[in-house]
Amino acid sequence: MLNQHEIIETLNMIDNQHLDIRTITMGISLRSCAHPDAKICATKMYDKITKYAENLVKTGEDIEREMGIPIINKRISVTPIAIAAESCETEDYTIFAKAMDDAAKTCGVNFIGGFSALVQKGFTIGDRRLINSIPEALATTDFVCSSVNVGSTKAGINMDAVKLMGQTIKNTALRTADRDGFGCAKLVVFCNAVEDNPFMAGAFHGVGEPECAINVGVSGPGVVYNALKGVKGQPFDIVAETIKKTAFKITRMGQLIACEASKRLGAEFGIVDLSLAPTPAIGDSVARILEEIGVDVCGTHGTTAALAMLNDAVKKGGVMASSSVGGLSGAFIPVSEDEGMIAAAEKGVLTLDKLEAMTCVCSVGLDMIAVPGDTSAETISAIIADEAAIGMVNNKTTAVRIIPAPGKTVGDSIEMGGLLGTAPVMPVHNEGSVDFVNRGGRIPAPLHSLRN
Amino acid sequence: MNAIITVVGKDKVGIMAGVCVVLQKINVNILDISQTVMQNMFTMNMLVDVKDANVEYPAIVDALNEEGERLGVSIRIQREDIFDAMHRI
Repeated sequence: MLNQHEIIETLNMIDNQHLDIRTITMGISLRSCAHPDAKICATKMYDKITKYAENLVKTGEDIEREMGIPIINKRISVTPIAIAAESCETEDYTIFAKAMDDAAKTCGVNFIGGFSALVQKGFTIGDRRLINSIPEALATTDFVCSSVNVGSTKAGINMDAVKLMGQTIKNTALRTADRDGFGCAKLVVFCNAVEDNPFMAGAFHGVGEPECAINVGVSGPGVVYNALKGVKGQPFDIVAETIKKTAFKITRMGQLIACEASKRLGAEFGIVDLSLAPTPAIGDSVARILEEIGVDVCGTHGTTAALAMLNDAVKKGGVMASSSVGGLSGAFIPVSEDEGMIAAAEKGVLTLDKLEAMTCVCSVGLDMIAVPGDTSAETISAIIADEAAIGMVNNKTTAVRIIPAPGKTVGDSIEMGGLLGTAPVMPVHNEGSVDFVNRGGRIPAPLHSLRN
Repeated sequence: MNAIITVVGKDKVGIMAGVCVVLQKINVNILDISQTVMQNMFTMNMLVDVKDANVEYPAIVDALNEEGERLGVSIRIQREDIFDAMHRI
C-alpha cells in the first residue's frame, strides 16, 4: 500500500498548494461544416460542437469527484474559423463567433477557442474576413477566443498582418471600452502557433489534428514553490533536480486525467501541456518561484536566468511523465494572472522590456499586459513584431496578448475578473515606430546555420 | 476498483467505527488501514475496494461526507490511481 507520507504529500499539494488540472480542452474539427450559406454553415458548426462536447463538462466533473483533484476549466477548441468558414459567401464572420458562443453556453464550457487565422505567409479571402470581424465578434460574444498567427520560423513574419493586428487590437479595445478593453484579453497574436494548445486564449484545433482530441493542461506553480522552499541556499543543480521531480509528479497526474477523459469521451488522447500556469491566488505564482530561487523582485537582474532554468527543468521533469507532450509546455508569465507579477509590475521592477527578455527563455510571450489607452496601433504592431522576431529566430512559440485599456494610463489598473486577474497599466516607450510598421511586406525566414 | 479513504480530524471515540459502519452498509471492502494520532489529531488512510459496492461512486462520496460531518472530521475518498500516478512509476 502507499505509505502515509505519500498520501499526505498528494493531499497537501491539492489542499494547500493549489495543485489542479488547469484545463481539459476538447479539440473539434469543423472542416466538415463548410457550406456556401453562412447560416447553414453556422448551424452545422453549432450542431457538431454541441454533439461532440455534450458530455465534456459532466465527464470533467465526474473525474474530479472520483480522483479528488480540481479540474478548473473545461474548454473547447475548433478548427480555425478562417478555414472552416472560407467557402461561405459572407463578409462578416461574426455569425460564426456567435454560433461558437452559443455552443459554448449549451455545453457549459467557459471558453471556446478557434476564431483564428493562420497568415504567417499571406492572407486568403477567409483570413482577411475573419481578422476584420474580430472586434465585432469579441465585443458581441462572451466566451469566444481569437488568435492570429502572423509569423513562423519557416515562413518569416507577415508584416502586413502585424500592422493589421495592431489596428485590430485597438479596435477591439474600443469596441469593449465599457469593460476596459476586455475583448483584447481574448485575442492573441502568435508566431509559431501550436496546433494542440489546450490553453486559452490561443487554443485552436490545428489542421493536422484528428477529428476530435482531448488535450490537458496541468498546473502547479504553488507545488514547485513549496518544493523549492525545502532547498534554500542550495546550488542550482539541486534546484533544477527538485523542480524536475515536482514537475514529474504534477504531469503524471495530468496524464492520468487526460487518458481517463479521452477514454470516457470517446475522443483521442492528444497531449499533456507541461505548463506552469499561475493564477491570481496567493501561492500560485510563477513570479514567487523566481523570487524563491533568489531574485529579490521578479524582473530584476537574474530573473531571465532563473526563468530559463525553471522552464527547462519543468519540461525535463514532465516529458518522462507523459506519453505525449505538446501544446505550449513551459512556464507562463501572464502579468495580470500572477499575483507576484502584478506586485513586481506595480513596483516598476518588471517592465515591458524585461518581460520581452524573459519571453526568450520561457513559454509564450507578452501575456495579459495592460498598456495606456492612448498607445498607438503602430506601437502595438511594433511590440508584436519584436515578439514575433524572438519566436521566429529562436524556433519557439511566442505571443502577444496586450490590452490598450481605453482611458487608462500608467498608475491605473484594470480588473478582468476571475482567473484573468488584475492588470496594472504598464508604460510603453513614447518614441514611435510608424515608419517601421508602415513598410509592410514580409520579414524573410531566418537562416538555420551559423547560429550565433 | 481501489480507492483511498483519508480521515483527518480531532481524535475522539467512534471515528473508526463510524467510517466502518458506513462502508459495511454500502458493501465496500476494507483492504488495508494505517492510522496514527499525533498531538490529538487523528489521521487514517484506508485502502478499500469499491467494485462490489451496492451504490454508485458519487453516492459513496456523499455517504462518507455525511458521516464526516456527523463525526466532525474530514473524510474523503479518491481513486487509488491518482496516488499511484504520482508516486509509482
